Amino acid sequence: MSTNKDLDEKHIAKKGDKPVISNNWQSLQRFTDARIALGRVANSLPTNAHLAFQLDHARARDAVHVPLDSVALQAQLLEQGLTVLPLHSQAVNRQMYLQRPDLGRQLAPESASQLKRWRAQHGCNKVSIVIADGLSANAVQNQAASLLALLSSGLSTLGLSYGPCAIVQQGRVAVADEVAELLGSRLLVMFIGERPGLSSPQSLGIYFTRAPRVGMSDESRNCISNIHARGLSCQHAIERLIWLIQMSEKLKISGVHLKDKSGEAQPLLNVTPEQKPRFQLT
Amino acid sequence: MVYQSDAGGTRYRFANLKTLLAKATPLRSGDCLAGVAALDATERVAAQMCLADLPLKQFLQELVVPYEDDEVSRLIIDSHDPAAFLSIAHMTVGDFRNWLLSDEATASRLSAIASGLTPEMVAAVAKIMRSQDLILVSQKIEVVSRFRSTLGLRGRLATRLQPNHPTDDPAGIAASLLDGLLYGNGDAVIGINPATDNIHAVMGLMQLLDDVIQRYDIPTQACVLTHVSTHLEAINYGAPVDLVFQSIAGTQAANRSFGISLAMLDEAHAAALSLQRGLLGHNVMYFETGQGSALSANAHHGVDQQTCEVRAYAVARRYQPLLVNTVVGFIGPEYLYDGKQIIRAGLEDHFCGKLLGLPMGCDICYTNHAEADQDDMDSLLTLLGVAGVNFIMGVPGADDIMLNYQSTSFHDALYLRKVLNKSPSPEFAVWLEKMGIADARGTLQVANTLPPSLQHLTPRL
Repeated sequence: MSTNKDLDEKHIAKKGDKPVISNNWQSLQRFTDARIALGRVANSLPTNAHLAFQLDHARARDAVHVPLDSVALQAQLLEQGLTVLPLHSQAVNRQMYLQRPDLGRQLAPESASQLKRWRAQHGCNKVSIVIADGLSANAVQNQAASLLALLSSGLSTLGLSYGPCAIVQQGRVAVADEVAELLGSRLLVMFIGERPGLSSPQSLGIYFTRAPRVGMSDESRNCISNIHARGLSCQHAIERLIWLIQMSEKLKISGVHLKDKSGEAQPLLNVTPEQKPRFQLT
Repeated sequence: MVYQSDAGGTRYRFANLKTLLAKATPLRSGDCLAGVAALDATERVAAQMCLADLPLKQFLQELVVPYEDDEVSRLIIDSHDPAAFLSIAHMTVGDFRNWLLSDEATASRLSAIASGLTPEMVAAVAKIMRSQDLILVSQKIEVVSRFRSTLGLRGRLATRLQPNHPTDDPAGIAASLLDGLLYGNGDAVIGINPATDNIHAVMGLMQLLDDVIQRYDIPTQACVLTHVSTHLEAINYGAPVDLVFQSIAGTQAANRSFGISLAMLDEAHAAALSLQRGLLGHNVMYFETGQGSALSANAHHGVDQQTCEVRAYAVARRYQPLLVNTVVGFIGPEYLYDGKQIIRAGLEDHFCGKLLGLPMGCDICYTNHAEADQDDMDSLLTLLGVAGVNFIMGVPGADDIMLNYQSTSFHDALYLRKVLNKSPSPEFAVWLEKMGIADARGTLQVANTLPPSLQHLTPRL
């Protein structure tokens, strides 16, 4: 059974006055940032939706090239009482970073020496913390300090010593293994900017690794991704991370064999569960 | 065996088979990164000429990754079918290309030789084929697979409905899922990439998808794309698992970096079969692959990325999967630099998989740090449609808000069906008509409001 309004719109579309068919389930956009209910012109994307996409793509492309303001980030972390070591990978600029992933995974020689000196003077901590710009410097710029504050308090509760906090520019995930190895840490927590999405150009990922060493492969890592304002919250991300760290200490493993079952555990941080709006098809 | 050829007045020599294969590969950034690519354009063509003269039999003698070191090499050799190989055993790679393009190579003959081909033979012939060759041969091959829908029939184009959400929020997923169904997508699979491997979250998503499929009696299958070991755990908990998913690669070491082995896949395959959830057939596996994964794990053994990719298809075909999806542009510009390289790789992967007898689909996609855009995706989409790709992705507005990359949209699938006169899988087409979403000819009927069959959802909008 079609409503009159329905028939009218089809009729109008046929006449060509208004070929765009819109969708009244557009209201479901309140549940997701996904590009749903875009409407159609016969089978194709209407002009406004097409150009909105083009704009977002242009912005995401540009976001890849925004540099990390390491000095500003250092200042934020120093305020929290953290020790900060600004480092650089062997990729000297963004162009090289994009084309040579191998260089983004290795520390520049002067950065490696800096870590050796630090260890000689201060000894080893159990947890190394590494922050890298990755593909979204903005993600790190805007969220690293909040995450670090939550992480420090969580690690202190567990009685794990940590630090210093290394900031690696033009860094990829595996560069953190070298940092942790040089610092002699048993556990590694890494924060890195994820590839910018069209709708989330500021998403951050956390990688957790036990017994980090240069040359290890990805199955040894646990990843918590999509941390951004409209994705996973900083609190929930750190709660999950702390759970992984606890289990890793108990089972002496990390990676694919360390299953995230944090839903079974009592919340470790006092996070109020979010009241989620509901929509279901059944 | 001596590998050499003369081109442009210069004699080119190639140390071994894997070097020859790498140097003969059309230019791509991943092979340059690995240091295995041809040094210049002339060396590349010299390698292609040398490769064209190579007898197919040589691929059974010289392995690109040693038999002793690698279980994928052992699988390739141990499962080779000499009887199926017999009719082409006398050919060189160049002869093989000619034969593939000839009218002698009919659908049934192509299907008959599939088990006699090794991945390296198939990779080799692809390297000396142009885009139109890859398309022409692919189009002849029909690979049909079944679970609750029939996929891969000639004249059909299916889609994976991909309703991802960055926090796996059930309401957000349901919203995208509904939108996709209303745009006629979802006959290959409704597949969610979960944001977490958390077993409870994963099982919640499995239940959500199963509830929707059962409630509306949709002739499709569900999959939560989590690690194979998590699938096994979910099966043990009694969760509703239609398809078991895993990313796979072409060397044992690369698979190890994914945390898998053939033994684990065997176990998961057996577990999925034991559930007996397929109505029309028992193809229960869903695999994803992509050029560059072995190099990314530093597990390529000096083999070029396209050859590594085709070796992954040897892993896939052991399990008679429902779906094999090459996620061609996801890995990034370090491996496929721009639209041109992504398009070529997509056509190669589809051709090679089909020739080996796999139900190939393609995630036609790119990331925001690659030199590619929607125009490139439209080109590959159209070319793969002509080549007869079994399925593509259906992502709302082409923007995956969880994986942060651009794939094909619901609208893209409608475009392709329209310009190439293709329909969804037969069972799904009937369902779309029954639901009032499309008419008997497949034309979308939904306008501004939900169709009568879904009117009960209107108060929830």
